[in-house]
Amino acid sequence: MSVSEFFNMGGYAVFVWSSFGLTFVVLLLNWWLPFRQHKQYLAKLKRQEMIKSREEKQSHDASS
Amino acid sequence: MFKWFVTWFHRFGSPPHFYRLAGRWLPWLTTLFVVTVIAGLYGGLVLAPADYQQGESFRIIYVHVPAAWMSMFIYVVMAFCGIVILVWRMKMAEIVLSCSAPIGASFTFLALVTGSLWGKPMWGTYWVWDARLTSELILLFLYLGVIGLYGAIDDKRVAARAVAILSIVGVVNIPIIHFSVEWWNSLHQGPTVTKFDKPSIDIRMLIPLLLMALAFQIYYVIALFQAARAAILQRERNSRWVEELVKP
Repeated sequence: MSVSEFFNMGGYAVFVWSSFGLTFVVLLLNWWLPFRQHKQYLAKLKRQEMIKSREEKQSHDASS
Repeated sequence: MFKWFVTWFHRFGSPPHFYRLAGRWLPWLTTLFVVTVIAGLYGGLVLAPADYQQGESFRIIYVHVPAAWMSMFIYVVMAFCGIVILVWRMKMAEIVLSCSAPIGASFTFLALVTGSLWGKPMWGTYWVWDARLTSELILLFLYLGVIGLYGAIDDKRVAARAVAILSIVGVVNIPIIHFSVEWWNSLHQGPTVTKFDKPSIDIRMLIPLLLMALAFQIYYVIALFQAARAAILQRERNSRWVEELVKP
């Protein structure tokens, strides 16, 4: 079987490859979106924590 | 064995444990998924012979059938979580249910679309209103209903109880989907793999199909863990362990 025969899929290329392509895209999105959401949220919490600890330090310095 | 299961259940039921375990397992699961999916695709697209009636178009089976199986499996998982939510009010069950719904909806969508891409060359039509296709479409609406209902209620504990009831009620659709091809006249073919006697499919076609089904199963766990980690962090943002986690 040659490469072009493989991609031609016996004339059903449009149906076969759009099925596989769409599945790939949907699964990738379902994996990537929560991955990004988790990363961004973790970064946001870390930022907040940093600001909080800095403020605490400043108010501690001012009172002493 | 039972005691081991109980300890395991309790550990998984605690959000910080789940968060950590999921984080540790994700790289392994991803590796396993990549290996399985490559083996499945190679077997399905290259090694398996063409179908004697459908030619090469039958290869759509390798995404269509696993997606359809997952669409039903995930709904059953959600119904099970629904029972756990109503009986024990377990927080992790709420998270698993709400995070599973978008994944299940995606698989249902894929089963429907790849099915119609298969139907066009084989049946001559993208869509018919027959029992199998209609009940699968209803499944998509059930998933969308769960997602919408969960998003519409601000108090997530209340929202979880609402979607728990919807998931449990909706599960009657699952046997309807499965047996629809036997109960009603349908364009859709009957089961070839999940029959009680020998599966009526060539072994070279069957093995890649099972590999793809396994890969999709692993994918579900990966996507679920990923989404659950984000959801846990959001819900537990004011708890001590999250504070410890994000400490600079």
